[in-house]
Amino acid sequence: MSKILTMVAQRLALGLLTLFVVSLIIFLGVELLPGDLAEAILGQSALPETVAAFRKELKLDLPMHERYLDWLGGILQGDLGRSLSNQREITELISGRLANTVFLAVMAAVISVPLALTLGVLAALYRNSLFDRGINIVALSSVSFPEFFVAYILILFLAVEWGLFPSISNVNFDLGFWERVYRVFLPALTLTLVVVAQMMRMTRAALINLLASPYIEMANLKGLSRSRIIVRHALPNALSPIITVIVLNLAYLVVGVVVVEVVFVYPGLGQLLVDSVSRRDIPVVQACSMIFAATYVLLNLTADVLAIVTNPRLLHPR
Amino acid sequence: MKSIQELESALARGQLTRRQFLAGTTALGFSTAVATTMFERTVQAATPKKGGVMRVGIGGGSTTDSLDPATWENQWIQLIGWSSQNYLTEVNGKGELVPELAESWEASPDAVTWTFKLRDGVEFQNGKTVDADDVVASINHHRGEDSTSAAKGIVDPIENIETDGKNVVIFALKGGSADFPFLMNDYHLAILPSKDGKVDATSGIGAGAYIVEDFDPGVRCELKRHPNFWKSDRAFFDAGEVITIGDVAARTNALSTGEIDVMDRCDLKTVHLLKRKSDLRVEETSGTQHYSIPMRTDTPPFDNNDIRLALKYAIDRDAVVQTILRGHGTVGNDHPIGRSNPYFDTGLAQRTYDPDKAKFHLKQAGVETLQIDLSAADAAFGGAVDAAILYKEHAAKAGIDINVIREPNDGYWSDVWMKKPWCMCYWGGRPTEDWMFSTAYAEDAGWNDTFWKNDRFNKLLKQARAELDTNLRADMYGEMQLIVRDEGGVVIPMFANYVFAMADKVQHEEHMSAMWDLDGLRMMERWWFD
Repeated sequence: MSKILTMVAQRLALGLLTLFVVSLIIFLGVELLPGDLAEAILGQSALPETVAAFRKELKLDLPMHERYLDWLGGILQGDLGRSLSNQREITELISGRLANTVFLAVMAAVISVPLALTLGVLAALYRNSLFDRGINIVALSSVSFPEFFVAYILILFLAVEWGLFPSISNVNFDLGFWERVYRVFLPALTLTLVVVAQMMRMTRAALINLLASPYIEMANLKGLSRSRIIVRHALPNALSPIITVIVLNLAYLVVGVVVVEVVFVYPGLGQLLVDSVSRRDIPVVQACSMIFAATYVLLNLTADVLAIVTNPRLLHPR
Repeated sequence: MKSIQELESALARGQLTRRQFLAGTTALGFSTAVATTMFERTVQAATPKKGGVMRVGIGGGSTTDSLDPATWENQWIQLIGWSSQNYLTEVNGKGELVPELAESWEASPDAVTWTFKLRDGVEFQNGKTVDADDVVASINHHRGEDSTSAAKGIVDPIENIETDGKNVVIFALKGGSADFPFLMNDYHLAILPSKDGKVDATSGIGAGAYIVEDFDPGVRCELKRHPNFWKSDRAFFDAGEVITIGDVAARTNALSTGEIDVMDRCDLKTVHLLKRKSDLRVEETSGTQHYSIPMRTDTPPFDNNDIRLALKYAIDRDAVVQTILRGHGTVGNDHPIGRSNPYFDTGLAQRTYDPDKAKFHLKQAGVETLQIDLSAADAAFGGAVDAAILYKEHAAKAGIDINVIREPNDGYWSDVWMKKPWCMCYWGGRPTEDWMFSTAYAEDAGWNDTFWKNDRFNKLLKQARAELDTNLRADMYGEMQLIVRDEGGVVIPMFANYVFAMADKVQHEEHMSAMWDLDGLRMMERWWFD
C-alpha cells in the first residue's frame, strides 16, 4: 500500500510541475497574439491616446516577466486575481461557469458510461453477430462526424421538427434540478454520442482479448454460462484498460466541450476561455487553462491509481 | 392580389387606413360585416399592451463587457444600455431628434454655447431625482486627460460644462457645432446618478425604462420594468432577457423553436427560408451602416487620385449588393452619407461600374495595368472576403489585378485596419453628416482611415458645423459629399440594411429608427406583445 502512496505523491509533484510549465506556455502564447486587451476592448473605435491610458490603467505597460511573476505570486496565495476587462473576481467569474461545465460533464458521463459498458459487454457476448456489427456501425459513425454536425442533427430533429427539447441550453442557477436536466439534455446527448464509441470499443476489445485465456477456457469447461463468465470472470480483469479509457473520456467531457457549448449557447468554462482569448484577457485565460490542465492531470492520476488498484501487477514493472 | 394576412399585418403596422383595409378585404370576397370585425381585431392588436417577458437573442456580447458606458462597444451591451439608460436627447422612429431627459435646448447664435433645460421630477432607478449635477458628472466621466472612454473623441469639443440651478446645464464648446444636441444621443453618454461630482459608472443604475437585475456578461442580462419610469406610453414588457447567442445558426434555431422572441443579424444566406415560417416575421431597416474599402492616401499608388478613381469605377456595385447582401441593402456612392441622413444629396449622380472609365483613369495616372494588394477578413463584415474576391473579378476587366490577401479575424482592427495600405472595413455610420465626416474624414480625426487631407473639405466642415441655417448647410454638405465621392480615398460599394426577425406576436410602431439595429436598439422600450 505504501508503494501506491509514494507513487501518488510522485505523480502529484510531477503534476504541479506540468501545471507550472503549462502556465508559462499559455502566458507566452497569449503574449504572442497580435493586439492586447486595450485594443481588443476599444475595438475599431480606439483612439491612440485612449488605448495608452487604458494600458496604463491595466498595467499592460509593465514588462512581460513582471506581469507573469505578479500573477504567479497571486496564484500561490490562492488569489486568481481580477479580470482585466471588467474587474470582476476571477474566482467568482469562473466558479459559476465551472459548475455549469461540470454539471454537463457529469450528466453526459451518467448517460454514456453505463451505456458504453453495457453495449461493450453485449458486443463481446454476441461477438460478430448482427447486433455487434450494428452498434459498432452506429457508434463509429457518430464519433466520426464533427461535434457540431451531430449537434445540429439532434437540434433539427429533437428541437425544430419534434419540439421535444429546447434548442439552446439557457440555464441559470434559479432553475430547479429537473428543469436544468431537461435544458441540458441535448448537449449531453451530443457529448454522449461523441464519447460512447471509444469506451464501448475498448470494453469489447479488452473482453475479447481475455476470452482467449486459459482460465476462461477452464470456466467454459466447467460449464458456466457465457454471461456469467464475462461479467464475473473476465470483466474484473479487463477493468484496468477500460478505466483508463473512461477516465480520459471524462477529462474530455470537461475540457473538450467548447464547440458544443457554442452551438447550444451553454454558459460553461469553454466559452469563457474562447471569449477571453479573443479579448486578450490574460488572467482569465490563464485561470481557465490551469483548471483544464489540472483536470487532465488529476484524472490521469486517478486513472493510473485505479488501474493499479485493480491490477497490482502494474506496480512491479519487469 | 394581396392575401388577407398581408392586409392585416400592413394594417397592424399602420400602413393602411380603415378605408383601404375595408376595400382590400371586400375585394378578396369578405362581407363588410366580417371585414369590420377583422379591422377592429387588428386595430386592437396594434394598440400597445402591457405585459410579457421579452427575450432577445443578440449576436454580440462578450465575457469582458461591463456596465460602464465608457466601454460599451457591441450590440448586446448597447441594447442593455438603451433599455436601462436615458440620454439628454433621443432619435425617434422617423430619425428626428426629440427631447428625452432634456426638455428643451437652445444655442447661442454662433452655436458655441448650448443651454439644456432638464425635465422636472424624473427619477433614477435608485430613487434619486435627475438634476444638472448628474448631467455634468456623467459627461465628465468621458472627458479629461486620462479618459479611457471610447467616447472621448465625441466629448473633446466641449471646453467647459456648468450648471445654472438644479435644472439647467450650459455647455461651452471649443467651436460652433449645430449638431451638438445630436451628439448628446451617443450611446456612451448615458446620464448616470452622481454623488459629489462623480458617477458610479458600473452599477448599471440609470433613468431608463428597465432596471438591470442580473448581469452576466457573455451570457445574459435580466431586466425588470422600472416602476417609476417617466414615459407613460413606453416600456410595455414586464421584464426582459437579453441573451448572447454568438452563433447565427443557434440564434435562428432559438427563434424558430420559440426560445427567444427576437433575433438580430439574420443570416442573409438563409433568411429567405426563415421567411417561410408562418409564425415569424423578418423585418429590415435601412440606415447609415455601410461597408467601405479605405485606401491610405499617403501611400503610393493611392496618393494619385486617378488611381483612386480607377478603383472606384472598377467595382460592380449592383452585383455586390445582390451577391453579398442578397439584396438587403443599397448601392453606395463612395461617400459615407446614407439616405436616412438629413442632408443626403439626392441630386448627386450614382457612380456605376465602368471598366472603360477605369482604364481611362489608369492612363491618366500613366500606367497601363495595375497590381495591388487588398487585405480582407470577415472581421470587417460578414462576407468581406467574398466581396474582395468579387471585386478582383470585376477589376480584372479594367486591367487591374487585385491580389486579395486573407488576414486573420483576430487582431484585424489593430494590425490591418489603418496599417495596411488597402483593406476592407465597415462603419455603423452616424446620424449626422458632421459627426460622420469629423469622425473619419477630417484631417485631424483619430480614425481618418484614409489619411486623407483636403483643404476645401476641411474648410467646409468647420463652416457647416457652426452654421445654423439649414439651407446653407444642405449646400455645404452636398458639396462635401461630392468632394469625398470624387477625391476621397474610400470605395463605398454598399449600404447594408439591418435585418432582424421576430415572433409574430411582437409589435412595433409604424416607423422604426434606423440609427442602429432593432429600432435604434430601443426595442425593449418601444415594442410590445399583442
